Amino acid sequence: MREISYSQAIREAFVELLRTDSRVFILGQGVWSPWYVGTSMKDLDKEFGRGRIIDTPVSEAATTGAAVGAAIAGMRPVVIHPRMDFMLLAVEQIVSQAANWHFMFGGRVNAPVTIRAIINRGGEQGAQHSQSVHAWFMHVPGLKVVMPATPYDAKGLLVASILDGNPVLYVDDRWLYNEVGEVPEDLYSVPIGKAALRREGTDLTIVGSSYMALQAIIAAEALAENGISAEVIDLRTIKPLDDASIIQSVRKTGRLLVTDGGWTTCGVAAEVIARVTIQALESLRGPVARVCLPDVPAPMSAPLERAYYPGSERIIEAVERMLDSSEARS
Amino acid sequence: MDFQAKTEEKATKMELGATLLRRFYREMLRIREFEEEVSNLLEGKEVQGPVHLCIGQEAVAVGVCAALERDDYIFGAHRSHGHYLAKGGDMRALMAELFGKETGCSGGRGGSMHLVAPEVGLLGTVPIVAATIPLAAGVALASQLRGDSRVTVSFFGDGATEEGVFHETMNFAASRKLPVIFACENNYYASHLFLLERRTKDNIAVAAEAYGMPGSRIDGNDVVETYLAARAAVARARRGEGPTLIEFITFRWRGHVGPSWDTDVGVTRKVDLAAWMKKDPIARLRSEILARDSSMDIASTDVEVRAEVQEAIRHARESRCPPTEKLTDYLFKNDGAEVLPNAGN
Repeated sequence: MREISYSQAIREAFVELLRTDSRVFILGQGVWSPWYVGTSMKDLDKEFGRGRIIDTPVSEAATTGAAVGAAIAGMRPVVIHPRMDFMLLAVEQIVSQAANWHFMFGGRVNAPVTIRAIINRGGEQGAQHSQSVHAWFMHVPGLKVVMPATPYDAKGLLVASILDGNPVLYVDDRWLYNEVGEVPEDLYSVPIGKAALRREGTDLTIVGSSYMALQAIIAAEALAENGISAEVIDLRTIKPLDDASIIQSVRKTGRLLVTDGGWTTCGVAAEVIARVTIQALESLRGPVARVCLPDVPAPMSAPLERAYYPGSERIIEAVERMLDSSEARS
Repeated sequence: MDFQAKTEEKATKMELGATLLRRFYREMLRIREFEEEVSNLLEGKEVQGPVHLCIGQEAVAVGVCAALERDDYIFGAHRSHGHYLAKGGDMRALMAELFGKETGCSGGRGGSMHLVAPEVGLLGTVPIVAATIPLAAGVALASQLRGDSRVTVSFFGDGATEEGVFHETMNFAASRKLPVIFACENNYYASHLFLLERRTKDNIAVAAEAYGMPGSRIDGNDVVETYLAARAAVARARRGEGPTLIEFITFRWRGHVGPSWDTDVGVTRKVDLAAWMKKDPIARLRSEILARDSSMDIASTDVEVRAEVQEAIRHARESRCPPTEKLTDYLFKNDGAEVLPNAGN
């Protein structure tokens, strides 16, 4: 199959939906710029016109609210936040409005809006250009949150988000934009709420999403060389969580490590671990572990950044510690 | 507004037919009578959730909604029984919603602060201040993209103009020439706090100029004035010329929330309620109608409206609450049929 990059896959999902569905339109800061949101939006305004591809004033709350409103009126808008940090100015519209709309009106109206929140960190950008607060939105009933790790899912989950009848936070990570993988040319969707088994294993389960799912796969490959068989589950959707896939894997391996690109406390890993201990405690052969960001704002200086962001090595170390401690116990 | 425009408006005002005035009267009375009864029901604890009454402000909702077509859209805020009824929402479903009943307009999930009537274009009312202002702009954007010539009105209070998203949305709507009308009901109080304790000037409508749209300030207790102002703004929006801000000067008789007259929160209102009650929009219109034709039978309208409200109360009392096993219903809209086939993986 043809291979394209993650950012090309995002762009292709937009192109195909804009061509086939007149309800779809885009608004967000920088969408007329050739570089503001990577290449993922490049020249869409030229192909589809600036009526449908709307670069906006610096008004996150109003533009997010406008997208929610257009969705309530039956359109399928996508509002783009080139950095998740700035999207926080629009949290009221996402959390109190979009997420509640269908429930609080007894199902009589819905808000099928896609909010694309881009994680854009590293490169000495510091505390306010680096935040990954996707876990906050897992807390909110009525929202769905997807975090694709592969080009295939980047396209398929974006299509699914736009076609879903509910508000969906689509979180993509610029560290993934140059990842290349097989992507069908046709329009297709990846189901929201379904995790993917990326690698089978028997000694432990590693759960992650987005960039950390890829790091988990890299870690699992390295661990295999040391005779450790790790199963890797890519969540793909963090809300609603695919409990069944996680529990099934933990029942098989008996050990769990969860990794996530957000802060540790009250993060995705905390929720996954809570669910496993509630539903499958008897299957666990030893303590669980998590590899997330330390509970510290993003630093600027490069050495501090290297210490701050976890990758496959941090996962490998945690797995080794985990296995050592569980062997010591048994 | 210049002199010529004023003269033209006066002339237009005289041309408004008796039928239209009767309609205004009936619609305002429906809101008044409904809310007076809700006030009683609050006192009697039959209605228990927070309720914000618009008694005294009925002319804004009625005048503006009369300038709209059924398929035009509106959004409201926390004080929106009037908007719901004036746009044509079913009174029985509104009363049932206040009772928390399954037959309510929001299925008993919303209450007084979360009303909806999509069948007549009311897409939602919510209590987060200013929250529906950008939603209205978004609906107007949808209309512009579809070319459907519908107009959207956002109703909000003076307090909402202190929220950043009001200014963001005014700017965005003007820059895209969106068919939206910003209808500000300035009743001089945000909860307990007087306007001039929240800003230095009593000049909300002036904001329009900064954003490049027409802004006007009119008597919100004169239903003919509110109708004419809205009609002009609607016509402008339908012509594709963009948004308008209208500031309606009015006053609520009751407290911010509940049935009281603001005597319970220790607030001495800096605006004289008695003087405002003399400007009662319903009494004013009644006098005007009778001055035009003293033989007009207004009493029959009063009787009909009272009966309609009593019927709404009966219906609400007899309806059932949503069963507890439906607690999680409506969390998500299930439209899986739209999802494309999964290409594998």
